[in-house]
Amino acid sequence: MIDVWVDSIIGGLLLGLVYGLAAIGLNLIWGVMKVINLSHGAFMALGMFVIYLLFTAFGIFPYFGLVIVIGLGLVLGMLTYFVALHRVIDAPELSTLLATFSVSLFIIGVGTFVFTTIPYAIDISLGSISFGNITILGTKVATGLISIAFTAILYVFLYKTRLGKAIRAVSMNRVAAELMGVNTTFILALSFGIGIALAMSAGALIATIFPFTILSGGVYELKSFVICVLGGLGSPLGALVGGIVLGMIENVVTLQIPTSYVPVIEFSILVLILLLKPSGLLGGKV
Amino acid sequence: MILKVENVTKRFGGLVALNKVSFTLEKGEILGIIGPNGAGKTTLFNVICGVYSPEEGRIIFSDVDITGLPPFKITRLGIARTHQVVKPLNDLTVKENVMVGACFGKSYMGLEDAEKIAEGVLDTVGLKERSELLAGKLNVPEKKRLELARALASQPTLLLLDEVLAGLNPLEVSKMLEVIRKIRDNGVTIMMIEHLMHAIMNVSDRIIVLDYGAKIAEGKPEEVANNPKVIEAYLGDPDLALKLLKKEG
Amino acid sequence: MKKPDISLWWITIAVIVLIVIPVVTKSPILRESVFLILLYMTLALSLNIILGYTGYVSFGHIVYYGIGGYVTFSLIYFYGINLIVAMIIGGLFAAAIAYSLGQAILKLRGAYFAIATIGVNEAVKALVNNLDAIGGAEGLYFNIKVYNAYGGAENAIWLSYYLMSALIIITLIVNWYIKKSKFGLGLMAIREDEDAAIILGVDTRKYKSLAYMLSALFPGIAGGIFFFKNGNIEPENAFHLVKSIEMIFMVMLGGFGTVTGPVLGALVYERIRGLLLINPLFKNLHIAISGVVLLLIVLFMPSGIIGYVREKIAKIRRYIE
Repeated sequence: MIDVWVDSIIGGLLLGLVYGLAAIGLNLIWGVMKVINLSHGAFMALGMFVIYLLFTAFGIFPYFGLVIVIGLGLVLGMLTYFVALHRVIDAPELSTLLATFSVSLFIIGVGTFVFTTIPYAIDISLGSISFGNITILGTKVATGLISIAFTAILYVFLYKTRLGKAIRAVSMNRVAAELMGVNTTFILALSFGIGIALAMSAGALIATIFPFTILSGGVYELKSFVICVLGGLGSPLGALVGGIVLGMIENVVTLQIPTSYVPVIEFSILVLILLLKPSGLLGGKV
Repeated sequence: MILKVENVTKRFGGLVALNKVSFTLEKGEILGIIGPNGAGKTTLFNVICGVYSPEEGRIIFSDVDITGLPPFKITRLGIARTHQVVKPLNDLTVKENVMVGACFGKSYMGLEDAEKIAEGVLDTVGLKERSELLAGKLNVPEKKRLELARALASQPTLLLLDEVLAGLNPLEVSKMLEVIRKIRDNGVTIMMIEHLMHAIMNVSDRIIVLDYGAKIAEGKPEEVANNPKVIEAYLGDPDLALKLLKKEG
Repeated sequence: MKKPDISLWWITIAVIVLIVIPVVTKSPILRESVFLILLYMTLALSLNIILGYTGYVSFGHIVYYGIGGYVTFSLIYFYGINLIVAMIIGGLFAAAIAYSLGQAILKLRGAYFAIATIGVNEAVKALVNNLDAIGGAEGLYFNIKVYNAYGGAENAIWLSYYLMSALIIITLIVNWYIKKSKFGLGLMAIREDEDAAIILGVDTRKYKSLAYMLSALFPGIAGGIFFFKNGNIEPENAFHLVKSIEMIFMVMLGGFGTVTGPVLGALVYERIRGLLLINPLFKNLHIAISGVVLLLIVLFMPSGIIGYVREKIAKIRRYIE
């Protein structure tokens, strides 16, 4: 019996790390730009299909394909910023919500046309790790570790590099940063690019462990909202913690109650946290 | 006595924004509030209006204890204010802006009466020709006058003016002072925060000086200007100290 | 209270003309299409109260349509209550839920409120998915005999049509009166600057709650009528987040904060959607094309069709409120 619990906790932790990675992207975009990115899920789905195509069409092993996914994410994200967001970045939030949603419609629309909505899966194996009665799939371990690595790289980037510091400056006070000579337009575009790159790589990682459709992103996007709110909107570290909490809820709580109740719990948490502690469990900013 | 502020203390975390401030205000008076930046002047207004509730002390307005009441209730009892940073309702017309003041202020009137009041008030502040324009399209001095018009339309008995003269040219300043006196002559009590020393010394009946959240002086304009404590407080702010000294000279 | 002006008259007459067309032609195809347009108009105008007048982005607003739908459907399904009574109860129930939820979530501003409303919709959907008593994820299906009480299925469909017609007219008139009232002025003050509004004496909390409640009432009734006519209700249809966004789109397309805008927006939206779905070239890409159209509107015509016309041609401004 204890094995089941340990198994679930480890599974939840690994899953939570990937969720956290996706949510960090959403959080970075919110923290820097004050934009709720409703295209996050669509870009995650895009990441799933890109890694799938790289693998099936070009035989690129998914973990190496991630580099391409990140590059593509940066470019697409920055492009999206200039096409869809730059004009309305100072408009009321309704405009940016709808602008990012329209991007999502576009991606999902084209994606549905090309891939239809049938499920796809990436068939790879990294063996498994066993101790005692507990067996963990290698792919799950890999996704967890890669997520931690990406988060660490992002942290170093944000806190130790000039560009990262500029991003944090813009997130704290855009006008002041502009006055200090920061090219805020570029920084906003870059932040959106990084956010999208994170979304796409999280999508790609999820694709290595679960089957997916072009519509899968929607579910993960909603999870990302819950995670961001849990950890505090605008706080990357909070997003990682929130991700782990959510992963645990999904894997551990379901030992006791039916899986179908998980969304009820998740979204009730979302609303409750917003009402009771809008700064999230950890509080804080980028 | 229309307003009595008793030992009011307001803290933000560790910062004491107002420290046991007490004073009273007589009906028909113009009371000037001065003090260096960050002295707590605007916080005092916010506490009186109910934007913040004080940790200690009481505020009595027309014999009613208004401490901790929500802002809209205090407004309806007859206190109106203007903001240092103007808050026009951009997508409503100038007239509609003023009607909001009239509709929800002390008289709490219906739309039709509010429209009449609004027209009158806009005439007083000289914005009559602008009444159908969207408020967002006004220039800054006009927006300041709109703030004032909106506050007046609520037909308050006490009016709080937060730097209505800032950013105006000398001609506009003297016009505005004219308007303020006219308002007082109509029986409205006024409290005003102002950095323009000669103007506030000129128009106020009495002055209160705040520094680091505490009241350090109170009295007639000339008494306050000669008070060594006040001069010392302002020496931290050389420009203002110079202005004060010039007035003396 | 203000007397109706020309802008209310012409839009009401236009809607009535639209309603009459299928009645005169007796065409079921037209009736279906107009029914959908009327439903969209009702939803758009309802959302307009909280989004357009009050400035609160209710992103999960479809939840009240779903709640009203479920209450109405269940009352008929389990207790055989008459549709008209059931739909009014459904609407009131949705309004009551909105009022009590509003006490909490209307404290949130901007994007936080938007996310909370998405959360509410998803939580309710997930909950209904688990409530086996009202069908769970499979939902509920009417037995065809249910319609016997209304003179058979055909008559029941016409009844639904007339009820929806009555509902849109009422929603339209209520929208106009709100805009022209002191209540509406207070709401618009909140939309422009909530902090200024409360200092000016607006009881912002009460006003927001009332606006939110009203904006939930009509979708609740509409959901009742729609799902009665549909004969089936399931969580995926009743709480479909995309429908929420369609509502916002319609309000935005027409011009938010205006009375005529959401009506026009709903009509144009339904037509565009219809055209895209019929055209073989666009059929498969209609979602992507909607995305492009939406983006173009957000970027280049944020005040919508009516807002655009009002800005450009000052002379006719007072005819299109």
